[in-house]
Amino acid sequence: MKKHFHVKRETVDGYLFILAAMVIFLVFTIYPMVSAVTTSLKDYRPFGSEWVGAANYKAAVGNALFLKSVKNTLVYTVATVPVSLAISFIVALLIMPFKRKTQSLFKALYYMPAVASGVATSVVWLWIYNSAPSGLFNQIMSILHLPAQNWLSSSRTAMLSLIIMSLLGGHGTHIITYIAALMGIDSSYFEAADIDGASFFQKVWYVVLPLCKPTTLFLLVTGFINSFQVFMNAYMMTGGGPDNNTTMIGLLIFNNAFVYGKYGLACAEAIILACLIACMTAVQFRVMGDNVEY
Amino acid sequence: MRGLYSLHLHNPVICRIRNALIGIFLLLFAAVILFPMIYMVAWSFGPDREMAANSYSIFPGIWTLESYYAFFAKSEYTVRWLYNSFVTSAAVMVSNVIFASMAGYAFAKISFKGSRPLFSLILVAMMIPYQVTQVPLYILIVSRLKMGNSYAALILPGCATAYNIFLSKQFFSSIPSALIESAKIDGASQLRIFYNLVLPLSKTVLAVMAINTFMSNWNTFFWPFLVTSKEAMYTIQVGLKTFRFANGTRLSPMMAGATISTLPMFILFFSLQKYFLEGVTIGAVKG
Repeated sequence: MKKHFHVKRETVDGYLFILAAMVIFLVFTIYPMVSAVTTSLKDYRPFGSEWVGAANYKAAVGNALFLKSVKNTLVYTVATVPVSLAISFIVALLIMPFKRKTQSLFKALYYMPAVASGVATSVVWLWIYNSAPSGLFNQIMSILHLPAQNWLSSSRTAMLSLIIMSLLGGHGTHIITYIAALMGIDSSYFEAADIDGASFFQKVWYVVLPLCKPTTLFLLVTGFINSFQVFMNAYMMTGGGPDNNTTMIGLLIFNNAFVYGKYGLACAEAIILACLIACMTAVQFRVMGDNVEY
Repeated sequence: MRGLYSLHLHNPVICRIRNALIGIFLLLFAAVILFPMIYMVAWSFGPDREMAANSYSIFPGIWTLESYYAFFAKSEYTVRWLYNSFVTSAAVMVSNVIFASMAGYAFAKISFKGSRPLFSLILVAMMIPYQVTQVPLYILIVSRLKMGNSYAALILPGCATAYNIFLSKQFFSSIPSALIESAKIDGASQLRIFYNLVLPLSKTVLAVMAINTFMSNWNTFFWPFLVTSKEAMYTIQVGLKTFRFANGTRLSPMMAGATISTLPMFILFFSLQKYFLEGVTIGAVKG
């Protein structure tokens, strides 16, 4: 007995449309994701890897350097992301009273650093932080009658230097996002506040900030996620030194994998990183997410 | 947004003065933020010389093009690096605009079995940090497929990114289904609907996707650095990084290199500013 399968036209179309993207996605994203889990459970060798169970995870968690890199990443993130949001919010607020054309000009100016690559930016900052007295930052120090610093190679200032670089490095996307949020606030809120006799700062504090909360949460979450994966600055600027004081998780994973060839350990650390990021995001939504409407 | 700032209707001069002060502050702060870029461009016109201990200030004393010559002369591959970056970024951009948008359309507007679980898989993949996949991907491309030092290795993994599929799905979802249904009743195939009806309505989102994809591939360092070991296959970012070590004491050629690597992005930005800025909020608001 023959049975006719009647496959819906829609289904055929659907799969034809997603075919190419899905093949690429499965081979180059899903397969590596699964493989990362299995690799993390192995002592990887090109031929004949051995299953070692959770040994890589134990090694990672028990390793002082890994814990230090987590701490470094956390310090860097906490010092940069919230400050960047505050700066961006203020700048966005200050751009508001201008006419549309002036606003576009400022938006463009503040967004511009974001189009330069990490390598190019790092190359420039390496010179700005030059440890000779003629280095740009050291010239500023001498104007302020402060001693010249070994910015990137002294354990006192290396992390600080990376933080300063991030804070002076442009907040383009944050500013643009905040401006979009501010434009979305209905002016009737301010009319009501005016009737109540609210001052400018009261309006900002009681009206604008609460209404921008979803945006702030979004920027905070994505900011933390991106910052936890940071690799470029430590790799290009300090190499993680001095004394691993600027080794971020991203750099440590890179070193373990591609300098020392410990693929299993690197995968285990990457998966721990993914879990850390997931937990952090969940906590941020818990703490800030109540009474936020989307 | 009106109403936050008082218009000082009784005295418009106060309003003018206030805006002028704010404007001056914003310009000064922008100058600080832009300073590294200004420094980079200014010093790229400096002389190709070793820098004596205290001979450099904010701007070079002599303005010349010799550092650009030096950047191209120091390595026989400089032009090749730019070419590699261009080919890679353009290929990834085109394939994303075609394949990611097709997939996004299917997830948004074609109801087929399995579309929900597959799309959730894409959402999950977007949340996984790249460190998780980097090692297996490296093993796959370089050890298994032996594709190291090839355009395929540079291009293939990014050909349809989860983010672009997600972005286009979000956009296509906002197109009224009635429009597509009526085209179907007229007998149009899905491919025709997509090409003749949906794409023309989606120029902005496609442009944003194209620009963002091109820019992130042009600027990316990590992956090209992993899969290329021959200088001839470097992209400009990888080349710039190796150039750094070869000429660590010469400021101007380094800045010339950094400027050249950034110049295409600046040109794109100034000519297509609207789409760059739109791209920032498209992901944020719709996400």
